[in-house]
Amino acid sequence: MLKGRLSLSTLGPLAALLVLIALGAFLNSNFLSSGNITNVLARSAFIGMIAVGMTFVITSGGLDLSVGSMAAFIAGMMILAMNAMLPTLGIGVPLVLAGMAVALIVGVLAGLTNGLLVTRARIEPFIVTLGTMGIFRSLVTWLADGGTISLDFEARQFYRPVYYDGIFGITWPIITFALVAVAGQVAMRHTRFGRYCEAIGSNDKVARYSAVKVEWVRLMTYVMLGMLVGLATILYVPRLGSASGSTGVLWELEAIAAVIIGGTALKGGYGRVWGTVVGVLILSLIDNILNLADLVSPYLNGAIQGVIIVLAVVLQRGKSSAEGR
Amino acid sequence: MKRREFFGATAAMAVTAGLAATTAAVAQDQTYTIGVSIPSATHGFMGGLNWHAQETIKRLEATYPQLKFVLATAGEAGKQVNDLEDMMATRNIDGLVVLPFESEPLTGPVKAVKDAGKWVTVVDRGLAIDGVEDLYVAGDNTAFGRVAGDYFKANLPSGAKIVVLRGIPTTLDNERVDAFQKAIEGSGIEILDMQHGNWNRDDAFTVMQDYLSKYPQIDAVWAADDDMAMGVTEAIAQAGRTDEMWIIGGAGMKEIVKRIMDKDPQFPVDVTYPPALISAAIEMTALRFVSDTPVYGRFIIGSTLITPENAERFYYPDSPF
Repeated sequence: MLKGRLSLSTLGPLAALLVLIALGAFLNSNFLSSGNITNVLARSAFIGMIAVGMTFVITSGGLDLSVGSMAAFIAGMMILAMNAMLPTLGIGVPLVLAGMAVALIVGVLAGLTNGLLVTRARIEPFIVTLGTMGIFRSLVTWLADGGTISLDFEARQFYRPVYYDGIFGITWPIITFALVAVAGQVAMRHTRFGRYCEAIGSNDKVARYSAVKVEWVRLMTYVMLGMLVGLATILYVPRLGSASGSTGVLWELEAIAAVIIGGTALKGGYGRVWGTVVGVLILSLIDNILNLADLVSPYLNGAIQGVIIVLAVVLQRGKSSAEGR
Repeated sequence: MKRREFFGATAAMAVTAGLAATTAAVAQDQTYTIGVSIPSATHGFMGGLNWHAQETIKRLEATYPQLKFVLATAGEAGKQVNDLEDMMATRNIDGLVVLPFESEPLTGPVKAVKDAGKWVTVVDRGLAIDGVEDLYVAGDNTAFGRVAGDYFKANLPSGAKIVVLRGIPTTLDNERVDAFQKAIEGSGIEILDMQHGNWNRDDAFTVMQDYLSKYPQIDAVWAADDDMAMGVTEAIAQAGRTDEMWIIGGAGMKEIVKRIMDKDPQFPVDVTYPPALISAAIEMTALRFVSDTPVYGRFIIGSTLITPENAERFYYPDSPF
């Protein structure tokens, strides 16, 4: 049983990842250097954490288009809050912790808004999150006065190590991403919550008759996603110390693409968190390889990405349908 | 707080614009309404442009009571066409200042405004056919690339290696890059790579990280945009190679101008492409209605080098850009 699962449908994205790694190593000797690997993993961390949350939302039959705008909005709020608290708290750990708290709270509230509109007001998730996507994006542009919101220079110098440093040479974004991925995998496979998500996504009526609190579980998936967007923002802000209307553009589509590449069904009912992680890495690696090797005109980068995304999914669908899934 | 002021100003503007539309018909003196249609503030440069447009309108309305302005910002070409139709149908404008979102789709609608006998000023992006606009105000993309290229040529030895970040693939970006390449021709400077950073800090950060992994020797970076320069400087700092290379951005963002004023060795100079060019367009259009000053023709704003000596002149601490 386990062997059957590992052999076929799961191999698609994993094989694509391995091919990409081999290709990268073949094209450029610096590809496997620790510096480059750190860069790619740290870059993947933002979309990665968001995509793990997105896996639960999609598995339970939902969708969230607002995460990119939400990340920009949270980053804006966090920076404004930290700048405002600077005179009272001074530069130090309390300021950073307060900023992190703001990011998480705003993230949870934003997720709660999406979730309540979907579960209580019973509006299609696509429409709800399309709406909030526009709202969050405009709000951050407005907060920034059309420009860029920047964290105070001194505060930023203090906060900067949260992105760039770590322990044992592994940077914090990578550590956090790994922890989130493991927690997500466990939650999906080994907890009641994960099983409920799959049950609701396959057939919410049956789930309801089986005494699953469908609305509550759905709401929690959105809240969790909001919190993870907040967590991603906490690690994003120290990177450049700024947020603007162009922060996080198209993150939602990258996150959704990663989830689907990883083998989660877009219509819900089946979720695979580690597959999502593979999907995120595939997307980051394509960009990285295209930058490292002058394979094609940069005008065609988008086309190459598109081809690989479709191929990764085709491989897997072909094999999984043979398996009867 | 700044946000509040901004909101207040917008609201006040909307109210005056609304009043203008109703009072224009009954006023005894000849009054004019000028429509201003620009892309919305989606990135740093456009944010600066929006700010300068609002400031200019505030100043002109105070100076010339007979002038009223209608400002509309659009996030995409279709919305901008709607804005122009609304201005014609409901605001009865006498003149139009427009920065077309895209040349092709806006050509027809702007021509319709012209055909209705209104004054038309086109800013920065030309229309697809000639002879529509009365006044054309633009920055100089060729000079933008050439001035940067000249600086590289004059300040790097033969055999030096540089990397280039390009913007969003557009004709404007091509003009800049072609002029840059032409300017450094024959200098022996080698361009190692040119990838698109899309005038975006995050994208530029990523592209620069990859450049740094790929090339052991980089002597200078043409980031071609100040937002991208901010991302580039972070990537270089992360790699610990700050002392190895300098960066030339472009546009004239206040943070970068400040660093030039402070003689930061990483940012020796910057090349202007001022978002305030919209102010020039609005002011000149206003002159057309309040005086006999001839303003028809083409007005090309040069791209000049910001150096530590003249940086003061290009520093606008209040602008968001």
